[in-house]
Amino acid sequence: MKYMLLIYGAESSWTDAERHSCMVESMGICKELEASGKWIASSPLHSVDTATSVRVRDGKRQITDGPFAETAEQLGGYYIIDVEDIDEAIAIASRIPPAKKGTVEIRPLFDLPELPQN
Amino acid sequence: MNHSVNQFLDELYQRSSRHIFASLVRSLGDFDSAEEAMQDAFASAVHQWPTEGIPENPVSWLVSTGRFKAIDRIRRSAKLGELSEDIAIRIDAISSSNALKSTHPIEDDRLRLIFTCCHPAIDPAVQVPLTLREVCGLTTEEIASAFLTEPKTMAQRLVRGKAKIRDARIPVEIPEASELPARLDSVLSVIYLIFNEGYSASRGESLTRVELTTEAIRLCRLLLSLHEDSEVRGLLALMILHESRHETRTDSSGDIVLLDEQDRTRWNQELIIEGCELVEQSLRSGRFGTYTLQAAIAAVHAQAKSPTDTDWSQIVALYDVLLRITPGPIVQLNRAVALAMRDGPDSGLAVIDAILQRGELCHYTLAHSARGELLLRLGRIELAREAFQAALSLSSQASEQRFLEKKLAKLPQ
Repeated sequence: MKYMLLIYGAESSWTDAERHSCMVESMGICKELEASGKWIASSPLHSVDTATSVRVRDGKRQITDGPFAETAEQLGGYYIIDVEDIDEAIAIASRIPPAKKGTVEIRPLFDLPELPQN
Repeated sequence: MNHSVNQFLDELYQRSSRHIFASLVRSLGDFDSAEEAMQDAFASAVHQWPTEGIPENPVSWLVSTGRFKAIDRIRRSAKLGELSEDIAIRIDAISSSNALKSTHPIEDDRLRLIFTCCHPAIDPAVQVPLTLREVCGLTTEEIASAFLTEPKTMAQRLVRGKAKIRDARIPVEIPEASELPARLDSVLSVIYLIFNEGYSASRGESLTRVELTTEAIRLCRLLLSLHEDSEVRGLLALMILHESRHETRTDSSGDIVLLDEQDRTRWNQELIIEGCELVEQSLRSGRFGTYTLQAAIAAVHAQAKSPTDTDWSQIVALYDVLLRITPGPIVQLNRAVALAMRDGPDSGLAVIDAILQRGELCHYTLAHSARGELLLRLGRIELAREAFQAALSLSSQASEQRFLEKKLAKLPQ
């Protein structure tokens, strides 16, 4: 079963040193997940200041600077993992360092067999 | 022959359908398929048993027939020759759990189902009805009427819960040892929510809704029989001791009667004896927690012949321990009331005022009504009136409002 872990948090709540040690710790978790065949993809995201939103309405494209919604917590990164069930996903989510400051949202991936497989 | 087989099947359905359902949920991983498979299995039994005889172990016959019926359904739903890998894996899993079943006690499946329905990934507003529906076997209409909502609303909540279990793959498993205490907590809080919903209906007219308190006690007994634990025992004791006073909590017109005005001769002694024994067992284990302590407090009240006969020192001491385990203003408020009984209204009032001054419990009806009661005992009538009026303005429950109105009317002008 595949799950996406979406990591939300207030960007301002991190110092540079904390951000660095978070990355190091997260990479360790990714390597461990990969070794057991549970890692599919993951990445931190650049600050929400770099976000661009695109909408097409009545065939007309609108491009705006910034995220779709202004919220206290911003999407800061993601994991896609392949594990047995939600309990395993919860166990992994609670080990990710940002879980201590922000929120990790767990979403099961909708299985679409017709998608191109790599 | 036919008649007796049908009667046997009826009784078996009453007695064991929830067990069979729980087993099917475990192997099928989906509530709706399990319900269908169970109906299919009973239909087969109605068909076959009158001619072939009742099998030696009817329950496991029904469980394995249900599994085969489920496999048939999955095969039929996939187009011929197009069995996808996913479906093949599912069928494999169901078949292998069929092979395992003989070594696997069926009662454990009910315990698994309780943990699934009370999984913290499910909204508590859904956990409660889901447990009543899937573990206790109440109908959607019964649950809706117990919670004073429309069957349609309740049905939507149940659908949401079942979809979450299926789509997010919430396992039908007993949690690992490291997770067990936290997960058990969430099961106990669901049971206690069910009880409290029945015991002190938070809104509307009736103060007690017996069906829910009965279900909660039944569920807790089941849990204790499946999983020995001192807090499960503590919660059972707590609910039984509350239940022992059920008859005397309201008068003939449905109004609240406070503990010190209840007719103690009408308390249910059988339940009190059972509750006290459970409390003692749990305390002896040395691994008790908040439910056991609350039950111990209820036991001290239950054993007192009259309000003045109550061992208030022991109650204050138990609240002190409870405060250490679960600090919080509500426990402090309850302790203040006991303190007032031990040391006089002044000391209790000082604690309540301190809580309110910290900005806590300001919107809690019982904080203001307790304060009013203590002021009244001190003869400070005008302040008592203000406190009861504050309580009344915060109350949303009809019987509580009537109680406070009567209190206010009885105050000397």
